[in-house]
Amino acid sequence: MKRKKQEFQFSVASSPQIRSPRSTARIMVYVILALLPAALWGVYQFGWYAAAVLAVSVAAAAAGEGAICLIRKKNTLSDGSAVLTGLLVGMNMPPSVPLYIPAIASLAAVIVFKGAFGGLGCNIINPALGGRLIAFFSWSSAMFTFQTPRTILESGLTVAGATGDAMTSATPLTFLKSSVPEYAGSISNEMEVLSLKHYSLSKYDAAVTDKINSLFGENFCYGYFDAFFGIKGGCIGEISVFLLLLGGLFLIAKKIIHWEIPVAFIGSFAAAVWVFGGLRAGTGFFSGDVVYQIFSGGLFLGAFFMATDMVTSPFRRGSMFLFGIGCGLLTFLIRYYGSFPEGVSLAIVFMNLTVPMLDRLFIPRRYGVKKKRRVGVGKGGNA
Amino acid sequence: MKQRLKTFGRGGVHPDDKKRLAADRPIRNSYFGQRAVIPMGQHLGAPAECLVRPGDTVAEGELIGRANGLISAHVYCPFPGVVEKVGPLTLPNGSSSQAVYLRIEGTFESVEDGRINDRWVGLSREELTGQIREAGLVGLGGAAFPVHVKIAVPKGKKAEYLIINGAECEPYLCADYRVMLEYTDEVLEGIDILAQITEADKVIIAVEANKPEAAGKLRGAVAHSKRPYAVEMLKVRYPQGDEKQLIRALTGREVPSGALPIDAGCVVCNVATAKSVFDAVVLKRPLTERIVTVSGGAVADPANLKTRIGVPVRDLLTECRTDFSKVKKIVVGGPMMGFALADWDTPVTKSTGGVLALTAGEVCDKPQTACLHCGSCVSVCPMGLPPAMMYKLIQAGEYEKAAAAGLPDCKECGCCAYACPAGIYLVQAFKKGKRMGRKK
Repeated sequence: MKRKKQEFQFSVASSPQIRSPRSTARIMVYVILALLPAALWGVYQFGWYAAAVLAVSVAAAAAGEGAICLIRKKNTLSDGSAVLTGLLVGMNMPPSVPLYIPAIASLAAVIVFKGAFGGLGCNIINPALGGRLIAFFSWSSAMFTFQTPRTILESGLTVAGATGDAMTSATPLTFLKSSVPEYAGSISNEMEVLSLKHYSLSKYDAAVTDKINSLFGENFCYGYFDAFFGIKGGCIGEISVFLLLLGGLFLIAKKIIHWEIPVAFIGSFAAAVWVFGGLRAGTGFFSGDVVYQIFSGGLFLGAFFMATDMVTSPFRRGSMFLFGIGCGLLTFLIRYYGSFPEGVSLAIVFMNLTVPMLDRLFIPRRYGVKKKRRVGVGKGGNA
Repeated sequence: MKQRLKTFGRGGVHPDDKKRLAADRPIRNSYFGQRAVIPMGQHLGAPAECLVRPGDTVAEGELIGRANGLISAHVYCPFPGVVEKVGPLTLPNGSSSQAVYLRIEGTFESVEDGRINDRWVGLSREELTGQIREAGLVGLGGAAFPVHVKIAVPKGKKAEYLIINGAECEPYLCADYRVMLEYTDEVLEGIDILAQITEADKVIIAVEANKPEAAGKLRGAVAHSKRPYAVEMLKVRYPQGDEKQLIRALTGREVPSGALPIDAGCVVCNVATAKSVFDAVVLKRPLTERIVTVSGGAVADPANLKTRIGVPVRDLLTECRTDFSKVKKIVVGGPMMGFALADWDTPVTKSTGGVLALTAGEVCDKPQTACLHCGSCVSVCPMGLPPAMMYKLIQAGEYEKAAAAGLPDCKECGCCAYACPAGIYLVQAFKKGKRMGRKK
């Protein structure tokens, strides 16, 4: 249509004429903000080298996205998703990893797991987890070397799980998985093994646990405090359950993630641990140490920040529950019966693959239509 | 005890209603300039047939467009004047028709405000419907469906409910609110006429809860006159005022897919339409004027103006002291379903409930990115449709599959596109998809 000559020009667009302020870039910025405290905690515990790992991950992801922008002649860098992917890759790296590993993992995440599928919105599995898995299977020993956190070193305790020098140690999960069977039958709780084998814990943990035990006349094992507040070996971003929980609650309050996925994920995992988790320690059914298991490993990082990735998670409430439950049960199986001590990332990637199927189970009923109808009926109707 | 407010089943969005800008401005007459443009196609259906030619002198209230077919409406001249030209005009909603370009001159016959026809009670259904058709009435809520068609109850069907829509769920708009406050008695008498025509068992006047004064005024007047009408407060939630959502909220029924409200035993009319029914039957006045909310962030002096059809929106905006340098979009209608226009000389039509001058901050344009699969569009769709999937099908040219997924049920309320974080033009795609689907 030819525009009339008039003093002012107005923009013309299809209705609605107003939009909500929620945008893709804003969502990404909020998620990055929610992740930052936990990332900074990791840097504090593991030192500047951890910051370099994060920086290399983010830079490599941005560079990969930039390359894809050039190929596709479309600016997708400004939506912020590549930076988020890079940050997540970095947070999933052990703090002392050689820098080429996060760089390759980030490039793989952005180029192979996202770009090759058609970019943001088209990827099937969470790109950051894809990158992590590449690193996980390619450089297993580097990916399983965990630095001892600063607070424990400063406490000056012996490091029972130390491998070689005192600067690295096994994570509590690895430690328990290998040590618990030795004591099966002679302990009432897996956690006792940490003390029996003199697994190093911070002085704060001992002080707080003793205080609580004397106040309430309980007999809690050592280790919970460190596990919750992130004084333990692990990936840079996964250690502080406390800060990840705060970030996750912030995202739920901002309606950026749905509470259903983390609740179903952590809940079903906790239930499985409670029922079956005590078997390997010889304490029978219904005796698993739920609290310690959910505070360990990457469960909170995975449940609040990776499993909730919009692109690779379902969007209907019912399917979100199924998705979360699947993640939780698989995590339990891998942690207890798999060959790896940690199963969160594999569980999420597996469940990512089921999302299109799960979403089809919960198609909303259309207004004015009695029967539930399959959407996209007809041959190849799945859009 | 606080009563739980009625609302529709699911979906919907809560944009800032911005009614505070103009809600407290009483209705006043607008100025008008020297020219007016009166399109023949201001309603849904066939455009009226133009009865005048360039050079003709027309009087105020003269019939200048004759209804063309069943679903059509007469057009009356709002001003005395001389026809300068008759030519095609495309309205912002894309409908194209002949329009009469008028130079306003001559004398305004003083319009008698006295009641001319007090004895409508004795009239038959057909006679009353005829008077409404003669006056060129269309629904003033936005869709501009001819009223005589809307209120005709087909044989074998029964109007159990007559629902009077005062929800006015679009942000910014306050015209219906002011009508309910200032023309309470006229609205109620209009409803009496509609109730007599439709022979409805039950009459419900629905008002969204952000207009308690209007509901209170109506309740008072209904109680005082001992009319058997119910005034219901509804939850503030867009698109509460949509016919189908309103029916669901008030009766719990759903209009079957592809059917009309009467198939669920309902007739729905807007409050302003009820007032125009009063004007047509009791005052014998054709539809040549309406109440328009002029509002928006760029408007210094928002108002509810009683203005006449054909006045360019620029005149209204200028009268309300609009800073055009701040304007990003000029919208006729509400911001959710209204149309942005490029030409500020576009005239007010029968369906113009609002003229909004929105700033960039209010429009909140965002860069379009890829679909994130976030599911916002599905959860806000009041019709239970899968907007993202229909969008992808339309983009792929699969119009039949889009239709099978429910595209024809989409009423373009805009919830999905409003909520979409990726800024995807969903409604635009649906309009295209429907058009292409019809072509096949």
